Amino acid sequence: MLNEKKIIKSFFLLVSAITLVCMPITATTAESIGKRIVLKNGMVLLLSEKHAIPMVTVSMAIKAGSVAEPGDKPGLASLTASLLTQGTTKRTANQISREIDFIGGSLSVSGGDDYASASLRVLKKDLRTGFDLLSDVLMHPAFDQQEIDRKVKETLAAIRQQKEEPAVIAGEAFTKAVFGNHPYGKTNDDVAAYLPKLVRQDVLDFYSRRYGRNDVIIAVVGDVREQEIVSLLNEKFKGGKNAERADIVREKPPVLGSVVVKKLDKNITQANIAMGHLGISRENPDYYAVLIMNYILGGGGFSSRLMDNIRDNRGLAYDVHSSFSAQKDPGSFRVWMQTKNESANESIDEIFKELKRIRTELVSEKELADAKAYLTGSFPLRMDTYAKIAGMLTAIEIYNLGLDYPQKYPGLINAVTREDILGVAKKYIDPDRMAIVVLGNQEKIKLKY
Amino acid sequence: MKLLKKITVMVMLALFASAAPGQELKVSETILPNGLKVLLKEEHKSPVVTFQIWYRVGARNERLGKTGMSHVLEHMMFKGSKNYGPKQFSQIVQRNGGNDNAFTSKDYTAYFENFAADRLEIAMELESDRMQNLLLDPKDFLSERDVVKEERRMRYEDDPTNTMVEQMMATAFAAHPYQWPVIGWMADLGNLTRDDLYQHYRTYYAPNNATIVIVGDFDAKKVLPLVQKHFGNIPRGPEVPKVGAVEPKQRGEKRVVVKQEAELPAIFAGYKVPTIMHPDAYALNVLQGILSSGKSSRLYKSLIYDKQIALYAGGDYDDVSADPHLFYVYAGVMPGKSTEEVEKAIYGEIERLKTEPVTDEELQKAKNQAEAGFIMSQDSVFYQAMLLGQYETVANWKLFGQYLDGIRAVKKEDVQRVAKTYFTEDNRTVGLLVPVKKQSGGDAGQ
Repeated sequence: MLNEKKIIKSFFLLVSAITLVCMPITATTAESIGKRIVLKNGMVLLLSEKHAIPMVTVSMAIKAGSVAEPGDKPGLASLTASLLTQGTTKRTANQISREIDFIGGSLSVSGGDDYASASLRVLKKDLRTGFDLLSDVLMHPAFDQQEIDRKVKETLAAIRQQKEEPAVIAGEAFTKAVFGNHPYGKTNDDVAAYLPKLVRQDVLDFYSRRYGRNDVIIAVVGDVREQEIVSLLNEKFKGGKNAERADIVREKPPVLGSVVVKKLDKNITQANIAMGHLGISRENPDYYAVLIMNYILGGGGFSSRLMDNIRDNRGLAYDVHSSFSAQKDPGSFRVWMQTKNESANESIDEIFKELKRIRTELVSEKELADAKAYLTGSFPLRMDTYAKIAGMLTAIEIYNLGLDYPQKYPGLINAVTREDILGVAKKYIDPDRMAIVVLGNQEKIKLKY
Repeated sequence: MKLLKKITVMVMLALFASAAPGQELKVSETILPNGLKVLLKEEHKSPVVTFQIWYRVGARNERLGKTGMSHVLEHMMFKGSKNYGPKQFSQIVQRNGGNDNAFTSKDYTAYFENFAADRLEIAMELESDRMQNLLLDPKDFLSERDVVKEERRMRYEDDPTNTMVEQMMATAFAAHPYQWPVIGWMADLGNLTRDDLYQHYRTYYAPNNATIVIVGDFDAKKVLPLVQKHFGNIPRGPEVPKVGAVEPKQRGEKRVVVKQEAELPAIFAGYKVPTIMHPDAYALNVLQGILSSGKSSRLYKSLIYDKQIALYAGGDYDDVSADPHLFYVYAGVMPGKSTEEVEKAIYGEIERLKTEPVTDEELQKAKNQAEAGFIMSQDSVFYQAMLLGQYETVANWKLFGQYLDGIRAVKKEDVQRVAKTYFTEDNRTVGLLVPVKKQSGGDAGQ
């Protein structure tokens, strides 16, 4: 059983995968993280040769996330992604799973906000088989009606099942309150309302508009040589066509004029609390100051103020943390915790105190130094597996960070001052205009907000 | 699926349920005069290192009325020791760019620090202090006990599937401590005292009841003297009390029903099986692969894909266990389908394993998955250390080195034989989650 701080730490790490993969770095390595190569068909290859283990990890990002789906078809992007491995013009769904399972590898495609992602992991000896499967599912999906029906049914059932997970319900309500009709605001309920109406042509249209060789990033990490992988990719991804690239007009998230409270009643023992509002984009120049500010506030596990106050001193929660999820568009700033129903008011009071403190007082020299030391010093741990390196390469390409990002990173972090932290806290945290979602037994919670 | 992972992690009490196999392990073993075992494995593929210390104590070493003690103690290990007072531990680790954490299972409690390679000694300094000099401040204890209660509410009280699985375990074992959850029963948490924890700490936290595992980018010749410097002077503790409990043979199916607010029914059936110390473990692992690894596996293909009666389905074998535990099969019922139908379909797959030999392709696939899993597991120094620690704590790390050979030797007849031997109705405990209608507010437990 994963206990103690595990879950908290992993929350911290998962807070926004994209944000984190491009996080901290020490000056430990002058060695380049990888190489960028534009393939014949326009695909961008990011390659990191690693020969210690005879395996290869591949991670792809395709501009086919939910921001690219029509506003009245929520869930279409994810469904399309999940259907790719369910049969091609050459292979049935069963053949695909038999082939990848037989070589002890893994292959998956899934949706996301900005990007859909595909991943492949195989032993070096199975590289050709792996890429044969990966290119086949990406280039020749069959979208068989039976497979569509099956996935729709499965997705609806999974959505229903998640209704018994308090964290999911509270998270969805928070998402809606913050993003409204912006694509990041699509919820399970939106998807569940649309899916029964989905027709095969929707999937075909989305696929043909959004899956093109011009909008694909492919990161390859592992036991391959440049010449070998370039020629394999040129062979396997030959032909195909470009994606349309037409941007869907995105609705703006709502402007919160005051504190907006949403109470959800459920007969459970804990209040699940989500508080926050719109945050920043990954491309915001204040990103690094925000990263450090959030580390001190509630992103830094046991070194954070929220954890110290609410868990360590008061014993009110197992998990309490804050996060900025920074993607292409501004994501959310969110404080998250669970506490027994009766402690909800006290906990929210304390969260507000911490939000106000970081907006009005300079952080201490020590807090700043500790945050910088962690963010820069933990960099080797952010690149210690092939999959993590692949994720970082992808983020470098998506956010145009440059292949020298690992070398630049300590400078970016170390340049941030206490005044910068105060400045971004004032600018990007607003306790007077935030959404507060509280799910739990309202009779016991007696929310005063 | 997500839920499966959760069930596996939370209830099977093993971090990574299916152990990747091993071959040439290149591990050096040293036992210090005070009984501390040290396993070192150099791995130079990236400039990081993991330091782990494994204590042979978990829920298995507890008693009714005081369950959850090992896990609460694990929490207290982060609340200060003599040289590194309250709040300092994780802060020191993080200031040095490290991540630290711990986990408790039915058989062990383990602590780890992951660092850039040059910070390794910090982990030793910190761990050696809290092995000997834990503060166990009475006020901190009360507050941390509340934290654990919140953890229990989150993981069990408010999670109907986990509640059902917890009940299933409590039903499966009559005479063995595996019947209670690692996190402890809620009332027992309230009964724990600071002195209980102190006794537990003094009894089990000693060099002769621990294993240090270090994997990563270091030179073993330089690191061993550092381990000796930090841990060599800690006196050997008293002999650790043996756990004498033996679960008697089960003579008939046991069933438990949990009625709780939930969306969909779920079923979780466990068969009592031997551990990795028994030669049948290899065939049971191959069987697990055939039943549950990947979308081509039997349970996925039959229940989820073909029949479309389950939202998720799988099987797990808790083999790295000090005493015999369970082989589980489980499924979540699709809306509109009946629990009976799903349960029958699961047993249908079990019966097929007994009556027909598995195919050549399936057997080879399971073996290929084991081989690939072993190679791929080398990508993570943490995971490698984790496997060594688990094996050594419940049995012997060398057993891990024999795993792949054992798997390779499994024949179709072995798979069929173990299915017949262990997967009988009489040897089965079944848990069912029966969703009930929403209650309006009111009594929701503590």
